[in-house]
Amino acid sequence: MSSAVEHRYGPYGGQYVPETLMPALAELEQAWVAARDDAGFREELEVLLRDFVGRPSPLYLAHRLSEVAGRRLYLKREDLNHTGAHKINNAIGQALLARRMGKRRIIAETGAGQHGVATATACALMDLECVVYMGVEDIRRQAPNVQRMNLLGATVSPVDAGARTLKEASSEAIRDWTTNVATTHYIIGSAVGPAPYPAIVRDLQRVIGDEARAQVLEREGRLPDRVIACVGGGSNAIGIFAPFVGDEGVELIGVEAGGEALEPGRHGAPLTVAGRPGVLHGSLSAVLQDEMGQILEAHSISAGLDYPGSGPEHAHLRDLGRARYLAVSDAEALETFRRVTRLEGIIPALETAHALHYALAPADSELDIVCCSGRGDKDLAEVLGQA
Amino acid sequence: MTSGVEAIAAAFAGDGRRAALMPYMMGGFPDLDTSRRVAEAYADGGADLVELGVPFSDPLADGPVIHAAGTAALRAGATTHGVLAVGRALAERVPVVAMVYANLVMARGLERFADDLAAHGISGLIVPDLPLEESDAVRAACDGAGLALVPLVAPTTPDERMARIGASARGFVYAVSVAGTTGERAAPADAYRDIVTRAKAATGVPVALGFGIGTPEQARTAADAGADGVIVGTRLVRAVAEAQDAPAAVHELIAQFARALS
Repeated sequence: MSSAVEHRYGPYGGQYVPETLMPALAELEQAWVAARDDAGFREELEVLLRDFVGRPSPLYLAHRLSEVAGRRLYLKREDLNHTGAHKINNAIGQALLARRMGKRRIIAETGAGQHGVATATACALMDLECVVYMGVEDIRRQAPNVQRMNLLGATVSPVDAGARTLKEASSEAIRDWTTNVATTHYIIGSAVGPAPYPAIVRDLQRVIGDEARAQVLEREGRLPDRVIACVGGGSNAIGIFAPFVGDEGVELIGVEAGGEALEPGRHGAPLTVAGRPGVLHGSLSAVLQDEMGQILEAHSISAGLDYPGSGPEHAHLRDLGRARYLAVSDAEALETFRRVTRLEGIIPALETAHALHYALAPADSELDIVCCSGRGDKDLAEVLGQA
Repeated sequence: MTSGVEAIAAAFAGDGRRAALMPYMMGGFPDLDTSRRVAEAYADGGADLVELGVPFSDPLADGPVIHAAGTAALRAGATTHGVLAVGRALAERVPVVAMVYANLVMARGLERFADDLAAHGISGLIVPDLPLEESDAVRAACDGAGLALVPLVAPTTPDERMARIGASARGFVYAVSVAGTTGERAAPADAYRDIVTRAKAATGVPVALGFGIGTPEQARTAADAGADGVIVGTRLVRAVAEAQDAPAAVHELIAQFARALS
């Protein structure tokens, strides 16, 4: 039997939301605890992950990248999932949960559009109404994903506030949820937000790490020296990290958006710069903010990492010294995006390119797993525009 | 010296109306100087207490009008300190309750923030994204400074939870009239009555109703539903945004609301 869902990770996490939402969070937590212990729910999710998403995703020994890196480098191929990223693991699970709770209307926020597409896909599959909040700037730079969401029958609701990116889209989704909480489930796309969301998203993304751990043991007869993943809010990272947290010899590395420079307003690396913790979108975690406590805009070339907050469990893993977080710049990610495409015939998402860049740098390691969190088709216009 | 809690209690007891009139203003909007004059107009127009919003970059509980006003205030250079200075001048005339998002309170430090408010003569604090479960430390800091930490209850709050919130309340309970963010909207009168009745049954302090009250008729309906106080926000912030002479416009509006409650 399950214990209750954790609300805090060390000092981080919590439920900093308007009172209107508190009963809905309690209802969601109860529903999740019941669902994850229900064999019928688990079976339904497993079948969908296998036959609809295409799981398990391969663990691929990237020969040419390994040659460059001077060590065996495996890619956990979340880019091969249906809809092209890890986001579908969470979207399918939460859509099933919403249906179980009798909520027929789904809302989501999206940055790069991958979570929006995944949610729109799950809603099409389960015949649920779907509204996706997306910043106007992200609509511009991720146009193919907007077209996909429209085709899937979702309503993409443009958000024009602030920097018109993921932070504002998340705020609008929370406002919608506050207004329509009786009929609506909010599918948060990352391991952020008020409890129980960071735990639900981690539990649903943990399949990445469970598979990768079994696959590497089978192939190599040993655990990796390092597991590397990009971190925006941190859902692919927490999903692949989770089963390795207890393996002391495995180094866990989260790669954030270094943007143009590690200066206020020019990056998306709150865990790396390690300022004062703050509250954003319902939880206490590493957040980019000024001295007064106003949240700062992030910057990244990759819309999925362009976020001033981070998942609370990551902040805790960092403080414990169990995971390490660092930043890779826009220019480095772009260079690696092109390089990996030529070397392996895999076009990675710009988000993933951050993790790959760090993985290719010199290091004292013999065996690495990088979470190839998504594919880069969505980024072609942005990358070719930078040429 | 009168504590904030006592000042709030006196304002509710002595309003001489069907319900106390508590207009909301966005501090520093459109700029600090105009905001000072708007505050004067609130007092002149007949406010019994004033709710003073401190602008925040990510106001989750606010609808588009107050969100835009907060963004504009920050762009015009408003700081927490500057807005509290507006509060200090206003507090010489009516009790002031600050509405501040949690991150601004935590960034300053809970005790220091509470001490700042008290030093500015402010009587209470509303933190719209600080539910009961997260509020112990802030309440302790407020209690230490003689400030009222005012909790919110919503139509979605079950009775058992409302009783726990009501027991924790200092000053008054802020009852939210509808599920949603701040903003003018029509609401059926029985919706007001339901939340007010449930909130009053759950607490020993006054209950003020807010969110969506934009006309004098709605204010009267809220008072008739049993609310001890009526909070009017977006309508007034919109007037500040739209009027040529913002202080004159809000003075007239507040006088209308005051008449509706007389």
